[in-house]
Amino acid sequence: MQEKNTGNSHHIIDYSTYVFVWVMLVGLTALTVTIAGINLGDYTLVVALFIALIKASLVIAIFMHIKLEEPIFKVFIAIILATLAVIFILTFIDYTFR
Amino acid sequence: MEANNISEHVTHRHRDDVGAKLGMWLFLFTELLLFGGMFLAYAVYRMKYPQQFHISAMEMNTTMGTLNTIILLTSSLTMVLSIAAMQKRNKFLSIIFLLSTLFLGTLFLINKYFEWSHEISKGIYPGSEVLLSKQNGEILYFGLYYAMTGLHGLHVIIGMIVLVFMLVFVINDNIKWDDYVKLENAGLYWHLVDIIWIFLFPLFYLIQ
Repeated sequence: MQEKNTGNSHHIIDYSTYVFVWVMLVGLTALTVTIAGINLGDYTLVVALFIALIKASLVIAIFMHIKLEEPIFKVFIAIILATLAVIFILTFIDYTFR
Repeated sequence: MEANNISEHVTHRHRDDVGAKLGMWLFLFTELLLFGGMFLAYAVYRMKYPQQFHISAMEMNTTMGTLNTIILLTSSLTMVLSIAAMQKRNKFLSIIFLLSTLFLGTLFLINKYFEWSHEISKGIYPGSEVLLSKQNGEILYFGLYYAMTGLHGLHVIIGMIVLVFMLVFVINDNIKWDDYVKLENAGLYWHLVDIIWIFLFPLFYLIQ
């Protein structure tokens, strides 16, 4: 029986890389909790979301293997993020100038 | 010659891991749009009632939220380690990491249960008299809190059911070191659930 295998197998990341990413994720969580305790006024939300964005990017790039995946995956993700951004921006334009 | 080609064609087993993963990602995008709509509602109402959102968030137990964040992040680690172990042909370790992921998912849900019961015991739940006597922004905050963490919790439960199936597949060699795209796709789902929590946590627990 013949098998056609497209991709996989050659993408192997070592355990230690994953553990290192996890340490960074927990560190960023500690950072965001600490920063929340400091009064930054209007910047509190921006900083918290920025840290959340870094954490999500780490999970997507390493845990979800996107760093090693074919370019088409990155194109897909860019399109969905752009779609979400358009929905948010249009709603806020509507809400602000109503 | 021709006959040979045909017989080869019949026994040819098509396998497309990239296609399987792309399909999973497309599904994840629909999940993202589902949660995106709720995040949008949250954003608009928070802009409208910033003070009342702050007052409501004081009710939240930040320690509990932080603990749950770390539990879920760790479960993502054990999930990806289970795939890595499978790649390295270590079935036993893969099973151990899958079991750890299931254990951490259960821990997350137990914490969530205590958190919700604490709020409910104070009379704060959708439609309760205590909640309805509060201001509009506070009612909206708790409505969004229950809807979003509830939907997220549902996803954790679904993810755990999927992982139980994966565990069975790994045990009876349906998932092997050279064919593990099912395990990878289950992992993608689990990580998406983690990512959603990464955003829910600062939005509901870290408003000072």
